Amino acid sequence: MLRPKIAIVDYGVGNLRSIHKALETLGAIPEITKDRRVIQRSDAVVLPGVGAFGDAISELEKISGAIYGAVDAGIPLLGVCLGMQLLMSQSEEDGPIEGLNLISGDVVKLPNTVKIPHMGWNSIKIKRPSPLMKGVKDGDFVYFVHSYYANVRNPNTVIATTEYGTEFSAVISKGDVFGTQFHPEKSGDVGLRILRNFISIVVQSI
Amino acid sequence: MLTKRIIACLDILSGRVVKGIHFQQLRLAGDPPALAKVYDKDGADEIVFLDIGASPEGRKIMLDVVRRTADQVFVPLTVGGGLRSIKDIQEVLRAGADKVSVNTAAIQNPKIIEEGAKKFGSQCIVIAIDAKMVKPQKWEAYIYGGRQSTGIDAVEWAKKVEKLGAGEILLTSMDKDGTQEGYDISLTKTICDSVNIPVIASGGAGTIDHVYQVLTETKADAALVASVVHYGKYTVKQIKETLKTKGVPVRI
Repeated sequence: MLRPKIAIVDYGVGNLRSIHKALETLGAIPEITKDRRVIQRSDAVVLPGVGAFGDAISELEKISGAIYGAVDAGIPLLGVCLGMQLLMSQSEEDGPIEGLNLISGDVVKLPNTVKIPHMGWNSIKIKRPSPLMKGVKDGDFVYFVHSYYANVRNPNTVIATTEYGTEFSAVISKGDVFGTQFHPEKSGDVGLRILRNFISIVVQSI
Repeated sequence: MLTKRIIACLDILSGRVVKGIHFQQLRLAGDPPALAKVYDKDGADEIVFLDIGASPEGRKIMLDVVRRTADQVFVPLTVGGGLRSIKDIQEVLRAGADKVSVNTAAIQNPKIIEEGAKKFGSQCIVIAIDAKMVKPQKWEAYIYGGRQSTGIDAVEWAKKVEKLGAGEILLTSMDKDGTQEGYDISLTKTICDSVNIPVIASGGAGTIDHVYQVLTETKADAALVASVVHYGKYTVKQIKETLKTKGVPVRI
């Protein structure tokens, strides 16, 4: 199989090794980077899920041109956790702060009727088919760690949802832009299957 | 539905997995990366790696063992033991940990919780509380791997760490740890009722019933298991399957 090059965007904090290791194990060639040239040369881009919205967006400012360029060129993009939230129009975390606005909607805090952060394994409900979710079943468990969620405007972009205090988007997609609120790299076999599907999407796009 | 988590704990000393009774009399249980992989495959919801020698011996955590362990698991990995500064936390996260567990440094300098949560997010700051009963319904927090008392009330400390931004509490009963007599229900209940962040119950698991008890009689979000799985008494899978048949929501 062709081994696609995947740029993992580095916002300067946290653990990027897990997603790197998972993509590498599945046959891709991942590279952790903040260099816009590396992003431009890649077959796919991953926005990983660590840190706070405001810090991440200000780190991204210098390279957002390369990210928009990649999306315009049809290069698949996967946002994980915070990375998915960054795809939205804006976030109320330390904000409102504007996001990348690749998918319309707002990032809002989980209701205070439940323990925050939402931490642990929760099941997903599949709303519509997506190549990203091939082989993943309704009710499969994935690993979440977050305090905010994306309130997506267009229901057609919602691939799967999860219940925790409210029903929110767990997987979204619009064209070649994908987002998962959970951490596929930490979600055991189900998560690895989703990442494998992403790699297949990337390979087909080359 | 959010499931209850079963977390496999690897207590590590000199690069090997060990397990003690009341935090002492350690027995060898195997190689950390190999055991971590077994527990991941067996359905553990998370792996906790505690370098129990680091803090009392005043040395740094073994990043190399963290790295090798992280490479084997695709479920969340929490690493603790001897983490003293934001820099230490960053190193461990870079080595592949998803969360860090801090005890001694947080008691000595509670600011590390606030700074850590701000820099890396609350979700990756786990505060470990080693609690020992001093009189009925009163527990004190201990540091340096259970070797030193602090005079700090465990319940008050739990409330404080939540305020400072901790994302989770790893609560170990020193009275029950390694005894396989069951979790300290009253301690776990008291702490769970005092905070609104997830609590992991630890110390004392000897049977599947003990795990069932702590997950149903208290609001604990997760149960830590060590000896009960290290020495092959039960597999993580057996524990979770039994819990499921008894109606506890678990990931199978």
